[in-house]
Amino acid sequence: MKVNKRGIAAAGAIAIVSTLSLAGCSTGTSGNDSADSGDAGTSKLVVWVDAERVDALKDAAASYEDKTGVTVQLVGKSVDDMKDDFIQQVPTGKGPDVVMGAHDWLGELSTNGVVAPLELGDSADDYLPVALQAATYDGTVYMLPYAVENIAVLRNADLVPTAPTSFDDMISKGTFVVEQGAEGNPYHLYPFQTAFGAPVFGTDDSGSYDSTDLQLGSEGGFAFADWLAAQGTAGTLNTDIDGEIAKQQFLDGKAAFWLTGPWNVGAATDAGINVEIDPVPSPTGETASPFAGVKGFFVSAESKNKVAANDFLVNYLGTEEVQLALFKAGNVLPALTAAADTAASDKIVAGFQAVGADAVPMPAIPAMGAVWQYWGVAEAAIINGADPKTTWQKLVDDVAAAIK
Amino acid sequence: MTETVEPTAPQTTRQRRAARIAEAASVPIGWILLKILLLAVVDAVAVYAVFVLFTHAEWLILAVVVAVTVLVNYIYFSRKRVPAKYLTPGIIFLVVFQVFTLLYTGYIGFTNYGTGHNGSKEQAVSSLLASAQERVEDSPTFPVTVVEQFGTYGLLVTDPDSGDALLGTADQPLQQVQAEFDGGKAVAVDGWTTLPLATVFTLSEELENLSVPFSDDPNDGSLRAPDGQSGYLYVSTLEYDADADAITDTQTGTVYADIGTGAFTADDGTELLPGWQVTVGFDNFVRAVTDSSIRGPLISVTIWTFVFAIISVASTFFLGLLLALVFNNTRMRFRNGYRIIMILPYAFPAFLSALVWAGMMNESFGFINQVIFGGADIPWLTDPTLAKVSILIVNLWLGFPYMFLVCMGALQGIPEDVNEAAVMDGANPWQIFRRIKLPLLLVTVAPLLISSFAFNFNNFNLIYMLTGGGPRFSDVSIPVGHTDILISMVYKVAFTGQTRDYGLASAFTILIFLVVATISIVSFRKTKALEELN
Repeated sequence: MKVNKRGIAAAGAIAIVSTLSLAGCSTGTSGNDSADSGDAGTSKLVVWVDAERVDALKDAAASYEDKTGVTVQLVGKSVDDMKDDFIQQVPTGKGPDVVMGAHDWLGELSTNGVVAPLELGDSADDYLPVALQAATYDGTVYMLPYAVENIAVLRNADLVPTAPTSFDDMISKGTFVVEQGAEGNPYHLYPFQTAFGAPVFGTDDSGSYDSTDLQLGSEGGFAFADWLAAQGTAGTLNTDIDGEIAKQQFLDGKAAFWLTGPWNVGAATDAGINVEIDPVPSPTGETASPFAGVKGFFVSAESKNKVAANDFLVNYLGTEEVQLALFKAGNVLPALTAAADTAASDKIVAGFQAVGADAVPMPAIPAMGAVWQYWGVAEAAIINGADPKTTWQKLVDDVAAAIK
Repeated sequence: MTETVEPTAPQTTRQRRAARIAEAASVPIGWILLKILLLAVVDAVAVYAVFVLFTHAEWLILAVVVAVTVLVNYIYFSRKRVPAKYLTPGIIFLVVFQVFTLLYTGYIGFTNYGTGHNGSKEQAVSSLLASAQERVEDSPTFPVTVVEQFGTYGLLVTDPDSGDALLGTADQPLQQVQAEFDGGKAVAVDGWTTLPLATVFTLSEELENLSVPFSDDPNDGSLRAPDGQSGYLYVSTLEYDADADAITDTQTGTVYADIGTGAFTADDGTELLPGWQVTVGFDNFVRAVTDSSIRGPLISVTIWTFVFAIISVASTFFLGLLLALVFNNTRMRFRNGYRIIMILPYAFPAFLSALVWAGMMNESFGFINQVIFGGADIPWLTDPTLAKVSILIVNLWLGFPYMFLVCMGALQGIPEDVNEAAVMDGANPWQIFRRIKLPLLLVTVAPLLISSFAFNFNNFNLIYMLTGGGPRFSDVSIPVGHTDILISMVYKVAFTGQTRDYGLASAFTILIFLVVATISIVSFRKTKALEELN
């Protein structure tokens, strides 16, 4: 019997743990509710930020709080889960008031109804055209842009002192590397594709991408496919080179040219390489336009503090001062024209800005998902010796079928 | 004490009651106090939970917490229910962590939850209407002050052209009023309270619904102030009719009605997105097996999944067993040192190892081709057959230490005298292994082999990190490759690109669960036969 009593006590202890966990589950989820969206009557903005940019926004958040009395709570999140978490949490009434993200999320966020339109008002004209175009989806602005990113050629000026004039000129002057990988990397090859006059989608009257106007299958697309095959044979493009290998080759001085984005410049300068930023040399003579990725802030469709959120974004994050502060933290070209011009006193930033003038926003329309799915693999296959004509035709057919 | 509990003769009611009291009195007071204390903590936590849940109006969870707390109190204060006292905590854990998850996945499998069908219908309607607001072209920015009168909110607007003050509410179009100005902006008007910005920030919902008609003509649009300071003129392109439950596009006249598919749909089939979540019955399951783009690769992927799981289990088991036999031999020196080296692969996180292997197997830059094969171009991960072989090799490397440990433990559990008896009977080492050790070993190891099969059947990490499922099938229109197993194929079908399809993924998960469960049950039955050998 003694054993029984002790057993009961032990069981009681376990019961506590389980009740705690049960209650913990329930209070945990509902506790978040109040923390995340704020009760009516208090003005508190919960902002999800890329964990690496929390520090950059801290001062801005604090001074906004001083000015308006609205508390801004910055929550550092991993970029990888931010979008999916946001889409899942907003419909349940949880999630943040504002989320930091990239413009190519827009199609998905809008299709899920989790973002609220944002009125930039007359300040819309103060942004770089590419940033404004990227922030607009279906004719409505949803994002406050703060940075514009695009790729360019990093040149090791110690190996090659002058900028090449064309793609062939570049190849003759030194080794060129670009991130590919087994499944290809169309983002990095896009400038060459546009040089052949084959964008992915055409644009409608308002300048938005038109998913019914697939331009991949144009004559230029097939010319580009032939060029890819030739580069694959020549060994200029190699699907065994992934991001890490490309980086290593450039840092070791084995490659003189590296087609990559501003996110890799730090590694190159840290390695003591005399980096110059060149436009992407065109294989055809036409302009080679890379994709521009625009970063910004979205307001949640279920936010209880939309007024404060709108004010924080448009009237505060949209100021030159804050945009420059964010620039200092990330070293990426600001989206506000005035801030961009100030930031361009740095020669690297100026280099990317010059290339970015030719950049086009990456399409955010959901149809783009279908394109990414087949695009890289088709390119990788062509580089590795598949017949360019039939492979490219299959790519066009697959994408067209998937969009329908 | 035992005498009172196990009486030799049947007792009367009085005797039994007396025995109970005597028993209760014999329990040390400390235990009773401890029991009461523990239950008090449980109840305190429950009361707190009820309070929090009440403020958030989570009625269902509240009811569950109350019911569970009452039940727990009843069970532990009751003198009987001894089995329940042991089982209750376990059952609570089972329900919270297993049954709920399972049922929820099952439920999702019957809904259209995914991109475009993410929330409730109200959210879809308000989101559609919000994004249908278009700013009137070339309309100016109006400086705005939010004012209030008897709970009605209004906008005090300064006309940027004439400098006049205008006032309007949701029901009352803008009218000119006499107002006080501050720096060219109207800030106060008689009879209305000017709200400070800090207050305006708390009125999100009120302001969102505050759309002031510019004039009696709706085509002039209405004024909204998204940030409470600047107003803009908007016209709406969509109108929601709650009675007809339909949305009308005011520009084209198209009517989008709710036809039960979870989105407003026009007669020609075009849908307005976002839609909302609805249950769709067995649609997802039907799609999982009949959708032509999925069905094609499904067969070859299923076959490869079985091949992969079976070979993985067999190869790791036999290598582990061989090494265990070798290192179990007492004549070997430095046995412990070797054993530690042997289990090293088990100590690294599997996905990290897979990534490192992927790097080493790179065709032109990888360690294996460059160093071991002297610069050969062996397409380890890009040739369909070699990629499968590579996966099996890497999984062998990752998996044998586990089997090695298990087999070593099982071997050490076999008594040495069995071995000696066999030697006395003249059996050779192979016979001892084949006829005695292996059957004894299998009794212990067989259930682990089954769970290892189930694990490898869903070994997503390895596939995703090593080959990503590639190389792709060249003739199908979904991004599935030669080395994809069922779970990685599900991931690709449901989650790649910009569309998520949680419903379809859940349906697939249920199907995979059924396959693994069936195989496990059958195998466990067979394992019982093994045990009877002894």
